[in-house]
Amino acid sequence: MDFQVVVLAGDTSKNLAPLVSKELPKPLLPVANRPVLYYVLHQLEQSNLKDLIVVVEGKETAVLVGDWIFGTFVDRLHVEIAAVPEVIGTAGAIRAISHHLTAKDILVVSGDLVSDVPPGAVAATHRRHDAVATAMLCSVPVSGPSESGSAGGKDKAKKPGRYNIIGLDPGKQFLLHIATGAEIEKDTRLQKRIIRAVGQMEIRSDLMDAHMYAFKRSVLQEVLDQKDTFQSLKQDVLPYLVRSQLKSEALLNGFPKAEETGNGKVSSQNKQVFVSQILANASTTSFHQPSSVDPDGYVSTRKTHTCCAYIASSSKYCVRLNSIQAFMDINRDVTGEANHLLSDTSSDHNNIIGPSPKLGTKTTVGPNCMLGEGSEMGDKCQVKRSVIGRHCRIGSHVKVVNSVVMNHVTIGDGCIIQGSVICSNVQLQERVVLKDCQVGAGFVVTAGSEYKRESLARKEK
Amino acid sequence: MDPRRTARTVSDPKVRQVGFFTPPPDHAISDPPRHHDPIQSPSQSSPPVNDRSPSDSSLSPVMIPPPRHHSDALLRTALQATSPTKPFSPSTRTVMIPPENKDLRSPGRKVVYGKSPSSFSGVKASSVPASELTTVSVVNLALGISVEGKILTAEEAGGASVEVQNDRRASSKPLKEKTSKAERRALQEAQRAAKAAAKGSKASSSASKVVTSENTKPIKATKPSSQKNDGSQVAASDKKGGDRAPEKDRKKDAPHPRMQYDDTSRVEKAKKRAVVKQTEARNRVELFRHLPQYEHGTQLPDLETKFFELDPMHPALYKVGLQYLSGDIYGGNARCIAMLQAFKEAIKDYSTPPEKTLIRDLTARISSYVSFLIECRPLSISMGNAIKFLKSRIAKLPLALSESEAKTTLMLDIDRFINEKIILADKVIVEHAVTKISDGDVLLTYGASSAVEMILLHAHELGKEFRVVVVDSHPKLEGQLLLRRLVRKGLSCTYTHVNAVSYIMHEVTRVFLGASSVLSNGTVYSRVGTACVAMVAHAFRVPVLVCCEAYKFHERVQLDSICSNELGNPDAISKVHGREEINYLDGLVNCENLQLLNLIYDATPSDYVSMVITDYGMVPPTSVPVIVREYRREHLWS
Repeated sequence: MDFQVVVLAGDTSKNLAPLVSKELPKPLLPVANRPVLYYVLHQLEQSNLKDLIVVVEGKETAVLVGDWIFGTFVDRLHVEIAAVPEVIGTAGAIRAISHHLTAKDILVVSGDLVSDVPPGAVAATHRRHDAVATAMLCSVPVSGPSESGSAGGKDKAKKPGRYNIIGLDPGKQFLLHIATGAEIEKDTRLQKRIIRAVGQMEIRSDLMDAHMYAFKRSVLQEVLDQKDTFQSLKQDVLPYLVRSQLKSEALLNGFPKAEETGNGKVSSQNKQVFVSQILANASTTSFHQPSSVDPDGYVSTRKTHTCCAYIASSSKYCVRLNSIQAFMDINRDVTGEANHLLSDTSSDHNNIIGPSPKLGTKTTVGPNCMLGEGSEMGDKCQVKRSVIGRHCRIGSHVKVVNSVVMNHVTIGDGCIIQGSVICSNVQLQERVVLKDCQVGAGFVVTAGSEYKRESLARKEK
Repeated sequence: MDPRRTARTVSDPKVRQVGFFTPPPDHAISDPPRHHDPIQSPSQSSPPVNDRSPSDSSLSPVMIPPPRHHSDALLRTALQATSPTKPFSPSTRTVMIPPENKDLRSPGRKVVYGKSPSSFSGVKASSVPASELTTVSVVNLALGISVEGKILTAEEAGGASVEVQNDRRASSKPLKEKTSKAERRALQEAQRAAKAAAKGSKASSSASKVVTSENTKPIKATKPSSQKNDGSQVAASDKKGGDRAPEKDRKKDAPHPRMQYDDTSRVEKAKKRAVVKQTEARNRVELFRHLPQYEHGTQLPDLETKFFELDPMHPALYKVGLQYLSGDIYGGNARCIAMLQAFKEAIKDYSTPPEKTLIRDLTARISSYVSFLIECRPLSISMGNAIKFLKSRIAKLPLALSESEAKTTLMLDIDRFINEKIILADKVIVEHAVTKISDGDVLLTYGASSAVEMILLHAHELGKEFRVVVVDSHPKLEGQLLLRRLVRKGLSCTYTHVNAVSYIMHEVTRVFLGASSVLSNGTVYSRVGTACVAMVAHAFRVPVLVCCEAYKFHERVQLDSICSNELGNPDAISKVHGREEINYLDGLVNCENLQLLNLIYDATPSDYVSMVITDYGMVPPTSVPVIVREYRREHLWS
């Protein structure tokens, strides 16, 4: 279909401070015991997209991610890893691999997207409207733990999400305005020209840019070449394309038709105009066609391009892992309501338990839980809505609620863990009480300590 | 109040017969009103319009198929022996007129294998009285044979005949299930007879038997080798293409019988093949059950989801298909041009796979594209003709041509088709039609026809003083777009809906209509509502001029708008666009005793059409078969 897929796998993000580290970069952060990148790659594989370029920031990270991909998807996907220097942003990353891009259109997917929206739908919308850029929008996820969450979780839920302000045409097909979270505090400027052309604009703040874009390659490369200050696709490139859609500058000559007619004879040009007029008259008019704006009705020389939006239906699951809260939410949802994302789950029950867990007597594992293989639990434990990784040793009388416990964690007797994330190789000694905490990898929590809403991590040596 | 109106509507009995009448009016049509028409002015040489009645006798010149040459003498003699022309029943709704001999059926096929034709006379007799419903499958059989005959004539090579036999075997199997009980029995008997004949001929080696044995052996040799050579996926697609090849050729010769969607077993089979997931609408109107109707909401998202999974589909085709499905492109000319341009793209990117010939592989490729487009939206007749043209061009490519040359030739051919058949044709139509517009005229048009629009604009440019009445109808309201463009150009317009057409008609002096197709009996197949407008115009003695490019003509004969039509989205008529408060039908849509019918086309009987303006001049509707016969052959199959 002449599409190339670029997965921006990201970096050691600051937002996920204690969870990710040099050893565990963000793409490999386990969500329900699978690296988050798995969800994106799996989704692409399902859509029969097997040639991927994965862009990773930093050389060491690239090696780690590469090892994992080749271990997991060998023979299934053809993946090329590109390591780019850090802090050049998403636009910079694309710029860096620009010479590898050859297809007509580029599909750019963020590596931290956990979603079941088919990428094909975005691509199809892109093609149908012959757009320059198409963005996938999804409804803002309900943040925070569900109804029976702890008090701390509710506090976090009140924090305003990263809203985008998005302007759509009445048919909800074209993107007329986009402003991302950071700019919203300021006044939002709308373009008079666009509003005048469209006549009506719907401004919504309940949609989120899911960071899955389809771009026309020629246009994207030209924009990146010309505007070398652009750092981010989301905050610079896309708004620029949306802004300039009615006065598409000369640099956006990605229209093959215009080039073809240039060298033709006058008569053939007339024919082209004739044909395009028949087609234009018979197709649903969009505001982009100059004929609907110009009173004379002739195809003018002014160039326009279209920016489309694909709005995922609300029944689809689509969340980006870009904060600790999102991490908790995704873990909860993937084991719970969105468990179809895990491809090979044959769970008749609501919980997923690995092949050989050893459970003590009177230990209960509630619904929406996940237990990795080789984990052991003592007597009279309770696990509710939590994910527990592989080879964990959990003592007796332990309560784990709304939490994520990664691999090789040792939890002493009598611990109570609520709403927390515990990274790999952490040792919790006896009677530790954690509430809404994040414990970095390899940390040792001493016996009897109590923490609330804290982030514990080893000091960097 | 108006004596003219009342008197005439009552007096004309034909008025009540639009649309649903099954037996054609057997009385000779009244000639006098025609001569009153201002169109048929003495300036025009008196057209040979009304010398025969439109119903039965006008069919006859088309029905008689032109003789075909079979190089294979054996086949020809056999066919002549076994095929007396079947009496044509005018009561069948679609009358397919294949240019081939229509009544070749299974016995004829068997003859090639060297059995005495006499043993099949009984078989044939039993297969003839098949009921009307099964005629479709009979035509199917007959067509299959006719194609094979064609291949024989075209290639005249021994290898070709081998393939023909091969195809014949392959095609006979699936057909078996579809035939009626009587035919199945006939087939069985035939096979039994064949066995007996084979046994008999073992002893006495007849010449025909030698032929069969020679032919069958190479088949077995070639078939497995062609499947082995590629990877699994390629092989699968190749095989598909190979199976489809005869089907395609069949289409070329005669209109393919439409699938009857009330035949559940066939629908199931078609669904398995389908790319677009189609859920059948539940409450379909009884009379139109044979037409496809799907739940419109689910198709687009489903197809979008599969975007990357349809590997063999060319992106350009995919785009066009999506645009058809979502209704972004509509109108006969526009859809045809869009499709041809997509084909051009596809041919540009095409490269022949190893161990294939371009002619065969590209034809198969094109037909897979076409079936995809059909799933998105049924083809219009204009598109069907364009496809026919393209396929015949592919088939006619000289074998010696290199791939790049062949591709260039085809792309030039497509350009030529668009240029000559659509653009130039429209220009000629405009030139002709403008002569019929004089100062002070009031012109009425219905819907939005590209040809009519050009006529009006050109007449305006020439400085003629006239007024336009644009008649429109729900749910598409295409007329508004036309109106917008006309008003912008400074034409004085009146806009009304089709409900008011009888009121507005008495100030109108000419009616210009577009058409999706004009059929052999002069029936104009066009946007639904056209028949109504034409009928009212006829009752008011207003001349009706239909503007239609000759490439949209079709040799099919259709007497009503039931047998072959397209069903639109029923939701479109249950909801009023832009007015959400009108929701009286909400929640009733899936109700058992409510059936929504959104027809897309209707058939206007030729009685109501004064003249067809086409690129070969202005002709009466009865002359359409002449154009189809004389020019079609010359242009498409030369």
